[in-house]
Amino acid sequence: MSTFLGMPARPPRSPYGTGNLRGDEPFPRAAHRELGNGQLRRNLGKATTTIRTKRLNVTGELPDWEALRDAGSAIKTDAMNRLPELLEQLERKVTEHGGTVHWARDGAEANEIVARLVKATGSSEVIKVKSMATQEIGLNEHLESVGITPYETDLAELIVQLAHDKPSHILVPAIHRNRDEIRQIFLDRIPGVDPELDNVPAHLAAAARAYLREKFMATKVAVSGANFGVAETGTLSVVESEGNGRMCLTLPDTLITVMGIEKVLPRYQDLEVFLQLLPRSSTGERMNPYTSLWTGVTPDDGPQDFHLVLLDNGRTAALADAVGRAALNCIRCSACLNVCPVYERTGGHAYGSTYPGPIGAVLTPQLAGMHAADDDPNSSLPYASSLCGACFDACPVKIDIPSLLVELRHQNTEQSGTTPEKLAMRAAAAVMKRPALYTGAQKAAGLGRLVAGRDRTISRLPPPFAGWSDSRDTEAPPRQTFRAWFASDEGRAALRAAADEHDGSHAEHDPGDGRHDPGDEGHDHSHGEGEKK
Amino acid sequence: MTDARDTVLGRIRAALALAPTPATVVPRRYRTGRVLPDGERLALFTDRLLDYKAEVRPCTADRTAQVVADVLRDHGARRIGVPAGLDPRWLDAYDGDVSPDAADIPAPRLDALDAVVTASAAGCAETGTIFLDGSPDQGRRALSLVPDLHLCVVDLSSVEAGVPEVLARLVPERPTTLISGPSATSDIELERVEGVHGPRTLVVVIRKDV
Ligand code: SF4
Repeated sequence: MSTFLGMPARPPRSPYGTGNLRGDEPFPRAAHRELGNGQLRRNLGKATTTIRTKRLNVTGELPDWEALRDAGSAIKTDAMNRLPELLEQLERKVTEHGGTVHWARDGAEANEIVARLVKATGSSEVIKVKSMATQEIGLNEHLESVGITPYETDLAELIVQLAHDKPSHILVPAIHRNRDEIRQIFLDRIPGVDPELDNVPAHLAAAARAYLREKFMATKVAVSGANFGVAETGTLSVVESEGNGRMCLTLPDTLITVMGIEKVLPRYQDLEVFLQLLPRSSTGERMNPYTSLWTGVTPDDGPQDFHLVLLDNGRTAALADAVGRAALNCIRCSACLNVCPVYERTGGHAYGSTYPGPIGAVLTPQLAGMHAADDDPNSSLPYASSLCGACFDACPVKIDIPSLLVELRHQNTEQSGTTPEKLAMRAAAAVMKRPALYTGAQKAAGLGRLVAGRDRTISRLPPPFAGWSDSRDTEAPPRQTFRAWFASDEGRAALRAAADEHDGSHAEHDPGDGRHDPGDEGHDHSHGEGEKK
Repeated sequence: MTDARDTVLGRIRAALALAPTPATVVPRRYRTGRVLPDGERLALFTDRLLDYKAEVRPCTADRTAQVVADVLRDHGARRIGVPAGLDPRWLDAYDGDVSPDAADIPAPRLDALDAVVTASAAGCAETGTIFLDGSPDQGRRALSLVPDLHLCVVDLSSVEAGVPEVLARLVPERPTTLISGPSATSDIELERVEGVHGPRTLVVVIRKDV
């Protein structure tokens, strides 16, 4: 390895052209198309609102919620700092308890390992527990290409798989489908389903139960992800609701778990933090119906052949970035999606990656890069945000997503020479009814962050409002976060006035504004230039 | 060829060298070591279980067999499975078929059972969670998963106030299942449906004096 003066080589991103970490088109264009889907927006709106309310109820009832967030954040940061020793410890413990540990540099290697392990069992079918890591690496596609049939067993994943569709939300992947569509998918694709099946959710769930029950009883191999892997004890964990996870983790002879290297926790005791943070942030429940914890192989109980595949696939590249690294702390609760005004409008597909929403906008470019090809769609992701900060407030492990986005915008500007204003404007025009306000917000926030450094305080209004505020001697938003200031009456009024003024002088940058009343709920957005290549 | 393990570990070390960060101390200022009186734990645990749509039957230890028999009769359970180490006296008042479990019984045969009766390792009041750890009175994981009704006997003395307190009771290496109500999904238009793949009915018999 040719290293200069002992500088270590920068770890590689997830290889271009593999897996599901990149869409086919930039965010603004994809978002524009998704906005035309009224069904999607209604379902998403209902889902995000419902989950948001539930989450606030169950996080609000814990007097030590903030202390749990602090602990969760610190545990993850500590784990990242000590990743080599923790992974070696995890490997040792899993091996001691009768499991086998494999390492995969990237998705393709992980896919090959899993396929080889499945083939070694003689089985041509696997049952799967919902897992983002295996979605990320395109495991199902790979298994199919070598003659192995994967059956998704989470209800939503089953719907998505039967419809040859892609998940649109981390937690409720089929949220873009309504009951009539799901009924039709089942009638078309589930062999032997009752032709009289109606669209009542309980009946649809029962049809899935009957179909999958037979798979659970007969299939010899299961593939899962993991929410947590405890280095100290070698214990792995899957958090779920339906019981399909328990079925997959318990009934087959062979279990293969694919886990990103960032999922390791130092101590068993750390679960006491995450088993409070995750369910409350994710589904808004005090506890999810089922959590399974297992350590290697237990004689006479569950799979007697256990394999753990530890996956890099760009995670080490993210780790090499002092700011971006924080995205690896994510526990995939989806709280940031549910509070995001941009996600709520566009849904998950617009992000083009397995990881949508605010966390996807920071994680995807770091895992897979932003400049792997000309016009890399991932380079638009850091602009898919108004930087309003709601995601940061909601995040159970306190990932400062807005600061990470700003950092990525920096990096993108440096590498591509595109002006951030232009990119942000395109994203704004595609997503918001009032792009000027949105853009004003993102500028004030983003540039404010730059002005003030990384302590997230704003010392003065940034351009283009700087001149405006200077000349009017407006009180600058002093020593508070942008979000706090934005939420104040003063902040709102100042931004609105600034945005209106900005509209007048920069109308040509702002193709969408003025055509839609703020109260207009129509989705007939025709934004012209913003969506063109 | 360098193997994947060395490569990945090498990349991690390189990444940490490129972006070094100071060691982190984990602040654990959240609540631990909480102790609640029996009555409060019972009330909290019951409230949470009912919220999850579980059925709750509080009783005293001397009534265990009668309550177990009543529940099974109420649900029409004629054939039940039990772990090999279950206290046989709990079934004294039950007149249906009882199949003691064994490791070589295949899952489809468990599917033919109407119900399973198990003990439990611990409980958590604040979250309404039951913990099974595969001890002889709880059996292997498949047994408490496949039958459609799970009757779980929980001793109040094993129910802790919160999550940190209950995790401290567990043996990490044992296969552990946390159960908070019957299985559920909200995958279709976010409408909650109780009972998907796990037992569709969960009955918790809480023994107040044990
Ligand atoms: S970034 Fe935070 S809020 Fe978003 S999914 Fe990850 S843990 Fe949850």
